[in-house]
Amino acid sequence: MLRNDKAGFGWITIVLHWAIAALILALLGLGFVMRRTPVDPALQFSLYQWHKSLGFTALGLATIRALWHLVEVRPRPPAGLNMLERHAASTTHVVLIVLALAVPLAGWAVASTSTLNIPSFYFNWIVIPHLPMAKSEAAENFWTLVHMTLAYLLLSFVALHALAALYHHFARRDDVLVRMLQTGSRQRASSQAAGSDPVIAGRKKP
Amino acid sequence: MTLRSQSPTKTIAFTLLLALGSVPSSATAAAPDLADAAGNYGITSASRIHFTVAQAGGGGIVGDFAKFSGNFRIDRNDVGHSTVEFTLYPESVKTGEKRIEDFLKSSAVFDTANYNTVTFRSTNVKQTGPDTAAVEGTLTARGTSRKERFLVTLLDWSRGSIAFNIRGNIHRSPYGMDVGTPIYSNVVQFDMNIKGQRR
Repeated sequence: MLRNDKAGFGWITIVLHWAIAALILALLGLGFVMRRTPVDPALQFSLYQWHKSLGFTALGLATIRALWHLVEVRPRPPAGLNMLERHAASTTHVVLIVLALAVPLAGWAVASTSTLNIPSFYFNWIVIPHLPMAKSEAAENFWTLVHMTLAYLLLSFVALHALAALYHHFARRDDVLVRMLQTGSRQRASSQAAGSDPVIAGRKKP
Repeated sequence: MTLRSQSPTKTIAFTLLLALGSVPSSATAAAPDLADAAGNYGITSASRIHFTVAQAGGGGIVGDFAKFSGNFRIDRNDVGHSTVEFTLYPESVKTGEKRIEDFLKSSAVFDTANYNTVTFRSTNVKQTGPDTAAVEGTLTARGTSRKERFLVTLLDWSRGSIAFNIRGNIHRSPYGMDVGTPIYSNVVQFDMNIKGQRR
C-alpha cells in the first residue's frame, strides 16, 4: 500500500504528490498577492514569512519526492500511448520534479542575498540559515527574477500536467488520474494479472 | 580557606570594574557634581539617537533618528526635580536600507502619515550615583502614552555644554508596533548620546 508497483502508486507517492501540489498552488497564490496587489505593509510582511516557511516545506518535500522518483518503481504507462506521448509524459514529470526543487532554491537565494537580511524563521520555530551568498541589490534582483520566472514556468507545467490528467480521465478514459487518487487501481490491475505480484501477496502474510 | 582565597580576587575584580567604569567618564575626575551643571539646556543636533532591534539568529536592525528636538533643566537644589522634554520625528529614521526605513515609516510601525512625532516628557528623575540617574516619564507614540524609564550617565560637562549617554529598553507591542515579532525582538534598545547647550 505504501510503495508503488508497476500497476499503480503507493500512498507515499500519492501523499507527496498532493502535498507538493497544494503547497505549489498556495505559494503561487501567496507570491502573487504579496508582490502584485496593494496590500497593507504589516500583512505583507506576514505573507512573506508564510511564503518562506511554506516554501521551505515545499523544498523539503520536493527533495524527498525527487529522491523517491529515483529509487522507487514507476507504474507502467497506460496502454495505447505512442512513443511521443510517453516521452512527453516522462519529460513533464522530470521537469516538474526539477522545478519543484529549483523554485524554492531560487527563493532561498532571494532571502539569502537580500539586503533586508530578514532571517528565515521557519514557522517561528527555527532559524534556517541563509545560503553562503553575498548580499547586494543586484544579486537580490537577479534571484528574484529567476525565482519568479521559474515559478511561472512551474505554473505552466502544472497546468499542462493537470490538463493531461483530465485528458486521460475524460477523453481516453484510462486510470491515470484515478491512480494518483487511490491505490485501489492496483488491486484491479493485480486481479487482471491473476495475482502475478508475489511480493505484494507475500507482504500480507505475517 | 576557599572563602579567603576568593575574597581578595573579588575585591580586585570590583576595583578594576570601578576603575574601568570611570575611564570614559572624564567628568568623574573633574568633580561630577550635577548641581554645578544646573541650568536650562537645548538638545543640539550633535546628539545621536541610536537604536537596535535584535533579530532571531543574531544581528538586528540598527539605526538612528536624524531629526529630533528637546530641552532639559537640571535643578540647582535638587537633581530629582530636573525635567526633560524630547520630541523625535520618526520620518527621519535611518537604517542604511531604504525599504526598511519605508516600512518603519509605514502604517505597520510608526505610521508617520498620522503620527509624525514620538514624545517623551519626564515625570520623575532620580540620581542613582555620582554621575548616573534614572529618568521616568511618559512616552507617547502612535497615540499611546506609557510610563517608560531611561538610565542616564553623565559623559562630559563643561561650562556651556553637557553630554549624557541615555539607555532604555522599550517594548514596542504596547504602542501597536508589534509587527515582525518574534523574528524581530519586541524590545527596542535605545542608546542615545544627548548633547545639551546651555540656554
